[in-house]
Amino acid sequence: MPDIKDMNKFDAIIVGAGPAGTSCAHTVAKAGLKVALVDRGTFPGAKNVMGGVLYRHAVENAIPDFWKEAPLERHIIEQQYWLLSDDSNISIGHRSEKFAQEPYNRFTVLRAKFDSWFAGQADSAGAYIISKTVVDDVITENGRVVGIKTDRPDGNLYANVIVLCDGVNSLLAQKLGMRGEFDNRHLALAVKEIISMPREKIEDRFNLDGDEGATIDIYGEVAQGMEGTGFIYTNKDSLSVGIGVILADLVKTRVRPYDLLEQMKNHPVIKRMISGGEPREYMAHMIPEGGYKAMPKIYGDGVLVAGDAAMMVNGFHREGSNLAMTSGRLAGKTIIEATEKGDYSKNALSRYKDLLEDSFVLKDLKKYKNLPAHISNYSEFFSTYPEILNKAADEFLTIDGVSKKEKQRKIRKILTEKKSLWNIIKDTYKSWRAFG
Amino acid sequence: MADKLDTLNEIWVFIEQARQEINMSSWELLGEARRLASDIKAKVAGVLLGSGVESLQEEIFNRGADKLYMIDDEILKDYRTQTYASGLFEIAKKYMPEIILMGATVTGRDLASAVATHLQTGLTADCTQLEIEAETRLLKQTRPAWGGNVMATILCKDHRPQMATVRPRVFEEAIPSNGSKGELIKETISMKEADVKTKIIDYLPSEQEDVVELENAEVIVAGGRGLASQRNFDMLSQLAEMLGGEVGASRPVIEMGWMPFPHQVGQTGKTVRPKLYFAAGISGAVQHLAGMQHSNVIVAINKDKDAAIFNVATYGIVGDLFELLPEIIKAVSEYKSTKK
Amino acid sequence: MIECNIDILKKDIANKRLDMHIVVCIKQVPDTTQARIDPKTNTLIREGMPTIVNPYDLHALEEGVRIKEEYGGKVTVLTMGPPQAKDAIREGISHGCDEGILLTDRAFAGSDTLATSYVLSEAIKRVDLDEKVDLVICGKQSIDGDTAQVGPGIAQRLDLSQLTYVIKVRSIDLKKNSMIVERQLEDGRQIVEARMPALMTVVKEINETRYSSLSNLIKAAKYEPAVWNQEVLGLDTTKIGLKGSPTTVRKIFAPPPREAGEIINNEGESSKEVAEKLLKLLIEKEVI
Repeated sequence: MPDIKDMNKFDAIIVGAGPAGTSCAHTVAKAGLKVALVDRGTFPGAKNVMGGVLYRHAVENAIPDFWKEAPLERHIIEQQYWLLSDDSNISIGHRSEKFAQEPYNRFTVLRAKFDSWFAGQADSAGAYIISKTVVDDVITENGRVVGIKTDRPDGNLYANVIVLCDGVNSLLAQKLGMRGEFDNRHLALAVKEIISMPREKIEDRFNLDGDEGATIDIYGEVAQGMEGTGFIYTNKDSLSVGIGVILADLVKTRVRPYDLLEQMKNHPVIKRMISGGEPREYMAHMIPEGGYKAMPKIYGDGVLVAGDAAMMVNGFHREGSNLAMTSGRLAGKTIIEATEKGDYSKNALSRYKDLLEDSFVLKDLKKYKNLPAHISNYSEFFSTYPEILNKAADEFLTIDGVSKKEKQRKIRKILTEKKSLWNIIKDTYKSWRAFG
Repeated sequence: MADKLDTLNEIWVFIEQARQEINMSSWELLGEARRLASDIKAKVAGVLLGSGVESLQEEIFNRGADKLYMIDDEILKDYRTQTYASGLFEIAKKYMPEIILMGATVTGRDLASAVATHLQTGLTADCTQLEIEAETRLLKQTRPAWGGNVMATILCKDHRPQMATVRPRVFEEAIPSNGSKGELIKETISMKEADVKTKIIDYLPSEQEDVVELENAEVIVAGGRGLASQRNFDMLSQLAEMLGGEVGASRPVIEMGWMPFPHQVGQTGKTVRPKLYFAAGISGAVQHLAGMQHSNVIVAINKDKDAAIFNVATYGIVGDLFELLPEIIKAVSEYKSTKK
Repeated sequence: MIECNIDILKKDIANKRLDMHIVVCIKQVPDTTQARIDPKTNTLIREGMPTIVNPYDLHALEEGVRIKEEYGGKVTVLTMGPPQAKDAIREGISHGCDEGILLTDRAFAGSDTLATSYVLSEAIKRVDLDEKVDLVICGKQSIDGDTAQVGPGIAQRLDLSQLTYVIKVRSIDLKKNSMIVERQLEDGRQIVEARMPALMTVVKEINETRYSSLSNLIKAAKYEPAVWNQEVLGLDTTKIGLKGSPTTVRKIFAPPPREAGEIINNEGESSKEVAEKLLKLLIEKEVI
C-alpha cells in the first residue's frame, strides 16, 4: 500500500458528496488531514435529491452562521399538516414569530444549489473534491478496507479510512457484506416536481413576508390507499411538490410514481395551491425508512458508513439531511481521533457508534424503532382515517338545519362505518406505544 | 468618435461564392437589405471577392443590387481568411458603409469576425430578425441566444459599419428581375501571395452523412404512451425512414422500456427543432413540450381533443392513430414514389 | 511571435524533438439546457443555473493535449471570467493541461466579443513573452453566446493563421513551422496548410474527449491557477468591459410562445381523406 506522501494516498476517502459525505469531508479537512470527496455527479450535489428541508443545528455544527451566506431558499415559519379526503381537507398548522427571527430554525433549500455550496466549503477547508467519478468497488487487504477502485484510468485510491456515504442503494456496503438485500417495505420512493411560481404569488398564497417560508405535509387520499405522504414546500420562486410511498405498496398496486404525483397535483385542494405554476424539474429518489431496526453495520476495519447508506432517516419526522450531516460529522470526528492514535481497526472505529448513541441521531431512531413496522400494519392511517375525519368534519361544519344531537349521531356513524369503535381505540393505543 | 459615424448611406451584402457559384444566403440577404434600405433611403450594394467572378455581376444586379464592389484577383481564387479579410477590410474602410450583412455560413462567420476585428466595430452573429429603429436609424439585430431559450436584440450605436451575420433560410430570397443594371466598382487588393500564411491543398466534397442524431434530424416521428405497445413503434420507424428522419419518444415510453433513452425528447431528454415533428399518441406534458415546441411544423395525432399537444400543433388530428398512421404512411409512400 | 526563439533554434541544432507550446482558451458557461426566463421581467434567471465548461472547448482541450502527447511540449489553459471560473481551469488541468491562467477583473465584465478577444489576445501576448506560443486552440463557439467570433478575433489581433471549424489536424511540421488541417465546411472539407503560429477553432467531431485519469483529477482538485487582473495586464480601459464593447444589448425576451394551429379533420372524414389532406399541407409547407 502506498505511503500517505504518495499522490494517491489519503487519510480518508469519502464516497458520495451528499449531506453526510460533505459534512464528513469538511470535518476531516478542517482538522488538517488529507481527504478526498468522490462523487459521480457533474458537480457535487448534481445528483442529490431530497424533499428540501434543511435544519439549522446540523449545518451550524460544521459552519457557524452558515445561513448568512449559504444559498438557502426560505426560512420556515409555518408548518402545516393536512388530512385530505377526495374532495376536502382538515388542516392543522403551527406558525411562530419565533421562527421568523434569526438565526432561524429550518430552511427550504434546493439541493443542487446548497450541496454545491457546501462542497465548496469543504474544498476551501482543504478537501480534494473529485467529481464525475464512479466508485466501482472497495479494495480490501486481509479483511481490511484500504482503498477504492474508481472507473477512472489509473483509478485506484488508497486511504486509512473509507467512509461510505453513497446513498440508499449503497452497493459498497453491500459488497462488504455490511448490509443485506433491502426489504422493499423499508424503502420509500419519493417523486417530486419543482414548480416555478413568481415570488409574490407564493408569498400571497402562503401568507409569507420576504424570505419566510412554509411547509405542508399531506396525509390521506393523495397516497391512493398506500402507505405514504405528500408535501408542498415553498422555495424562493418555486414550490417543491412531491409524494413518497413505500416501495412495496407501489409494487403491489402497480401505480406509476409519476401518475401518483400527477394525481396529487390534480386534487382540488392541492390544485389551488399550485395553480399558475409551471413545472420545471422532475425527480425521483429512494428513501430508506426502515429505521433503527433495519440499520446496517456502520463500522468495520478501515470503513465507516453514514447518511442514507446507514439508514439514518427519521421517517416519522421526515428528517434525513440533519441525521445525515450529523452522522457524517461524527464519522469525521472518529477519523480524526483514529488518526491521532494511528489505529484504524474496527475496534477503534467503533467509537463512531458511541458518538452516534450520544447524539440525537440514534436516540431518535431508537425512539421510533417500532414505528415502521407499526405503520406497515396499519395502512389505514394513510387512507381510512383521513377520509373518516373529513366526512365527520363536513357533517359537523355543514349548517343544514340538522340538530346538533342528530349530527353527533351521524358523525359517530361515519366514524364506525369503516372501522369499529373498538378497532379505533386499539389503533390509537398501539400508535401511542409506537410513537411514545 | 464622430468620424466613424461619417458613413456612406449604403447597405452592403457580402456575396459569398465558391468555385464561381453563389451561395443562396446571399440572395436572401439582398432581399432583406432591400427592405431595410427603403427605411433609411440607402442604396444596396453587393461586395464580391474572387477570381474570375466578373460574369456573376449580372445575376447580382438582377437580384436587386444598386451597386457592386468587386475585387477580381488570382489571390482570391479560394476562400482564405487572410486574403478575403484583407480585401474586404480595405474597401470597407475606404467607403465606410452604414451596414454590412453576411450569411451566417462557415465562410461568412469566419470572415465577418476577422473583418470586424480589423474595423474595430461591433458584429452580431446569426441574426434571425433585422429592423431599422425609426428614431435612431440604428439596425436592430435580433438573434437567439442561450441555446434558443431567449432572443436578444442588439445594437451597435457608436461604431460603423454595423455588421451582422444572418442565419440562412430565415429570409426570403430576392426575386430576380432580368436586365437590371447597376454600378460596378472595381477595386484591387494589395496583398501578395508571399504574405499569405495559408495555402489550400485540396477540397473534399462530403459523402452522405452516416449517422444522424436526434438533435440534427430534420424530421422526427415521435410516439407516446398512446402507441400502446413497443411493437407499434415499427410504424413510426417506417414513417421516419420514408421521410429521412429519426424516431423520438416521450418519457413514459422510455420508462416503460419501449424505446432506449437516446430517443427521449423533452426536458430530461433532448431538445430538438426539426423542420417537421410528428407527435403520435403524445398527450403533451410540459416536460415534453419544452423539448420540441420550437420545431418548425408540428403534426399531432391524439384521440383526446383536449390533449395539451394540440396547443402547440400546427396541424392537429383528433382520432385513432392506429387507423390514421397506416393511411399517412401509405399517402407519404405514394407521394415519395411519384417524386422518384 | 513570428521571430524565432533562440532556445528553440538551439534545440533544433541539437536535433532533438522540438517542443510545442499550445494555449487553449476555454469559457465557463451556464448549462443552457437549464436556462429559464422570468416571464414578468423578461430577464434570464441565472440563479441556480449550473456552470460547465463550454462543450466545444472540451474538444479544444483534448486536441491540445493530444498534440502535446504526439509532438511534445506543454499546454497552457486560459479563461476569462468571474473568480468561480477557476473551476474551469481546474477542469482543464484534469484533462491534462500543464498550467492554467485565470483572467478575472470586474473591469472585464460586460465585454462583448471584440473586447473579450482583446483581453485574451493581450494575455496570450504575455504568455508568449515567457514561453513562445506555437498554437492557440478554441472551441468553435460557446453555447451561451453562439457567436464563434472570439477565436477569429484573437487570431486577427495576434496576426496568427486563422483556421476555423477544424475537424482534423493532419500533421504538424515543427521545423518548417507549419501545419496541415482539415476544415469542415457545409458541403465538404477544405484542406489547408498554414504557417504557425496559428489559431484553430475546433468542431466536436475532431476527437473523442478522454476520461481523465484519477491522478490528474487529484492534481486538478487543488490546483491554483495564476490569476491575472487588470492590474497585472494593464489593458487600455477604453477597450474592455462595457465601455470597450461596440455592441449593446437593447432587449432580451422570451421567444414568442408558439401559436396553436388548427385541427384539420372533421367528424365523419375517413382516415384516408385526413391522411391525404395532411400530406397536401406538408407539401405546401415544404417539410417533406
